[in-house]
Amino acid sequence: MNFVANIGLEVHVQLKTRTKIFCGCPTTFGAPPNTRVCPVCLGYPGAMPAMNSEAIRLTVFSGLMLGCKINPYSKMDRKNYYYPDMPKNYQISQYDQPLCLGGGIEIKLADGSKKMIGLTRIHIEEDVGKNMHFAASSGIDFNRAGTPLMEIVTEPDIASADEALAFLEALKEILAYGGVSDVNLEEGNLRCDVNSSVRPVGQDKLGTKTELKNMNTFKGVYRALSYEITRQISELEKGGRIRQETRRWDDLAGVTLAMRSKEEAHDYRYFPEPDLLPIVLTPAQIDDWARALPELPENRRARMMRDYGIPEYDANVLAVDQAVANYFEATAKLSKSAKSASNWIMTTVLAKLTEQHLAIGELKITPAQLASLVNLVEVKIINISTAKEVFEIMFAQGGEPEEIVKAKGLAQVSDTGAIEKFVDEAIAANAKTVADYKGGKEAALKALIGQVMKLSKGKANPGLVNDLLKRKLS
Amino acid sequence: MTSAENKPSGRIDVRYVAHLARMHLADDEIARLQPQLEQIVGYVRQLNELNVEGIEPTAHAIPVQNVFRADEVRECLDHDAAMKNAPLAREGQFIVPKIIE
Amino acid sequence: MANLNQLTVAEAAEKLAKRACSSEDIVRAVLSSIEKTDKQVGAYLTVDAESALAQARAADTARTKGENKPLLGVPIGMKDLLNVKRQPCTCASKILNGYVAPYDATVVAKLRAAGAVLLGRLNMDEFAMGGSTENSAYQPTRNPWDLSRVPGGSSGGSAAAVAADEALATLGSDTGGSIRQPAGFCGCVGLKPTYGRVSRYGLTAFASSLDQIGPLTKTVRDSALLLGAISGRDEMDSTSLDVPVPDYVAQLGGDLKGLRLGLPREYFIEGLDAEVEQSVRVAVAKCRELGAEIVEISLPHSKYAVAVYYIIATAEASANLARFDGVRYGLRVDGEDPLDQYGKTRAAGFGQEVKRRIILGTYVLSSGYHDAYYLRAQKVRTLIRRDFEAAFKQCDAILTPVAPTAAYKFGEKLADPLKMYLGDIFTIPVNLAGICGVSVPCGFTSEKLPVGLQVIGPALGENVILKIGHAYEQATPWHKEKPEISG
Repeated sequence: MNFVANIGLEVHVQLKTRTKIFCGCPTTFGAPPNTRVCPVCLGYPGAMPAMNSEAIRLTVFSGLMLGCKINPYSKMDRKNYYYPDMPKNYQISQYDQPLCLGGGIEIKLADGSKKMIGLTRIHIEEDVGKNMHFAASSGIDFNRAGTPLMEIVTEPDIASADEALAFLEALKEILAYGGVSDVNLEEGNLRCDVNSSVRPVGQDKLGTKTELKNMNTFKGVYRALSYEITRQISELEKGGRIRQETRRWDDLAGVTLAMRSKEEAHDYRYFPEPDLLPIVLTPAQIDDWARALPELPENRRARMMRDYGIPEYDANVLAVDQAVANYFEATAKLSKSAKSASNWIMTTVLAKLTEQHLAIGELKITPAQLASLVNLVEVKIINISTAKEVFEIMFAQGGEPEEIVKAKGLAQVSDTGAIEKFVDEAIAANAKTVADYKGGKEAALKALIGQVMKLSKGKANPGLVNDLLKRKLS
Repeated sequence: MTSAENKPSGRIDVRYVAHLARMHLADDEIARLQPQLEQIVGYVRQLNELNVEGIEPTAHAIPVQNVFRADEVRECLDHDAAMKNAPLAREGQFIVPKIIE
Repeated sequence: MANLNQLTVAEAAEKLAKRACSSEDIVRAVLSSIEKTDKQVGAYLTVDAESALAQARAADTARTKGENKPLLGVPIGMKDLLNVKRQPCTCASKILNGYVAPYDATVVAKLRAAGAVLLGRLNMDEFAMGGSTENSAYQPTRNPWDLSRVPGGSSGGSAAAVAADEALATLGSDTGGSIRQPAGFCGCVGLKPTYGRVSRYGLTAFASSLDQIGPLTKTVRDSALLLGAISGRDEMDSTSLDVPVPDYVAQLGGDLKGLRLGLPREYFIEGLDAEVEQSVRVAVAKCRELGAEIVEISLPHSKYAVAVYYIIATAEASANLARFDGVRYGLRVDGEDPLDQYGKTRAAGFGQEVKRRIILGTYVLSSGYHDAYYLRAQKVRTLIRRDFEAAFKQCDAILTPVAPTAAYKFGEKLADPLKMYLGDIFTIPVNLAGICGVSVPCGFTSEKLPVGLQVIGPALGENVILKIGHAYEQATPWHKEKPEISG
């Protein structure tokens, strides 16, 4: 029997705010335990939440980027459950009136086709604290408690671990574009719960699902899902049944395991949060926020290919990061060859930045300067290896490429007379090679060009050398 | 444990509900609470006399909306003050019995 | 300088301004009154005499430097659920034993800013759940008018302290009558402001959509004075109203000409004590004499108010009290795992009434029952709110008894929680509607127990009900009577 999988994700994204969702504690990562806390986020008697307006804006902004319908009326609710990392033993979240409804993300499949993964909703809520384990007890650090999260819930449209990965990557890229989250996985900015089930082909009803909680790497999601889908299929093939349960991914062992803790019947007893008032968004407010919407990565890639004539591969590399794409476009607009500009950025610029652990914003070379460098090569003032030397200087100290070329005497020799002298010298000194060439060995020409370049100390324009040699030997 | 849903109305599974509320009640406490709670629930069931179709629920006593705070940092509690009330603490953390996951 | 503890806030402020006495004199008088009578009354859970005297001396020094804040040097007592930095705040519960507040409630900060001296913490029903203060985990509080009777509740300590002149004024909280009913039982003035008038930040929550902080005072003028000091928008409480705070004291005075006062026919019912009814009817006649027009009105959904209240208040309380788990503060009873710790801590830390209400509140929210109880109650709450909206089209304020009876004996209603709950029948609708009400002394029963008149006003109608209460108070002798406390 063949099976198909249905996977739904609940992705928790940390919003890029200065302060927590309900209090003024900063959302600093890595501070010593319980140093970013106050009566509100510690759930002290009498403390009350106050909604951070930026958390609302960022979530609505995300909803707009993801094609959601923005709910004109939404409210906060209390979700009741007891857990040590939850200071009030209820989480302030959104139940039946989330900020955003519907929407979706288009992902690209391996065969090049596209698939829309539908979103159910996006709501905001507060994060919990962090548990640490000692030998005989556990410790709680509430620094993270109250960090603003938006939870993006997908429809069970995802059919494989590959699709889940593609979805998460696309989502991460969009969120980074919108500046709504740092999407730093190491810092737990993006975590997800993964629901998966399998069903025989031809059966409409979804199978029994299992849940994998709190996955915080994409690779983990991918591996866990690959394992879990296979496990479920083989269980069914053996004639077994899938138990609805929460499972845990053991990354070292590479398996999913049923959680050891007692399965509690969930009864969250949601009710409207009396301490927070409803959120009513007018079309004017939403439009105002929408004006700042960025071009989405997919659209930008397509436009960059169209406007600059660069291949899809280049567009994919350049559009991953909005700042890189901006840099490219600014450079390309001033360059005689957009493709050359792309090559420079994809290889030299990005490699150098990575090597030095720098962001593109820290680059000393302006797009106009990089375009000048590209153009110096294009008009054959310098050759590519000279250009790399100039680039190194620009990278280290900045400066205009023309001035560097002039100051260092790096300009290519394009004076036919001077080059002719070198060509003659080379022909005279390499009689054997000349004979080979004349005898039909094309490769011998390359050797002669090499000799000329050597005599000119690399400054001769290779095109001219080629032309002159051919003419003299014909 | 059974779900509250499966219980016939009027009768309260006090032990189950106390479990939801994380209170380990003794048997005699449950026995004492049982009739009291059922009496109260019996009393509040008089609301069933009213037709509430189409009536909006009131969650807040005031007709106000969109009350937000600017995203501005305020002073935190200092760490010692935050830990001062902790019944049990270690290495700057609040201590609970070992969490089994 | 005798009897400084008997001063009203207004009198004290005046004396202080005139330098007729010092804050230290007043605080010492209050402390010695506590020393003398609180053994019988039991209003205070803790009194930090040293800190009160230090605050008083600081106020006196400030005054010599020319400062003249409205409450500079006036001592005010706090119900034990208001957080005052560096003071305990037990909510009269064992579960908060040992907790020391690291912050000031907004009302406390406002009182400090107005120069008040924070003096002692007052007994109450555990987590404000109850109407007799018998549910305190620490001690009973006795009614100064009859020590064999309860002071009412839940702000029983706040009311008894004012009645016994162990305080000039106190703050309490009112979720279903917890300020007005004990004020009525103890013969003082108790104001439940409009929901949102006073910030709740720092008030340990019982039922967040109903709770409001208010003053218990010897006179209506003091009530107006303190309301002005504690009201206003607070960024820390999103439900606090962004509406200017009028000068409530300036609006007092004059008669009741031109005012229409409603008498709800549903409030004069079976179960209303005959003597209480008589006092209230005489008070109504007095208001007519003072120029008010009396009209009969109807609040048709009144009889459902107690049922609605016990669903909504307990539901909210079940969540509000979930935080008491022994992890960050308060009592901790060790367990095998965290949830076991919670179960044991909460079983040991909460009293019977609190447990009863947490279970009720958990039940009405639980899966399968949420719509039948909680959602339905919220809808009936809408009907009750609309009753008042309609009524206030016909009148400026509403006159009712505060409670069906005067103060009762200890233990009289403890065995029957429902009977106890029905004692709040006249005060609860005001909280459900989010409007304001004040309890003013309106006479005594034959056993010399105070009776209270409730004046209910529309949202933000405090100036109207205070004006009515003040006119009535000034035309009657009740507020001048003092209990004789015999040990």
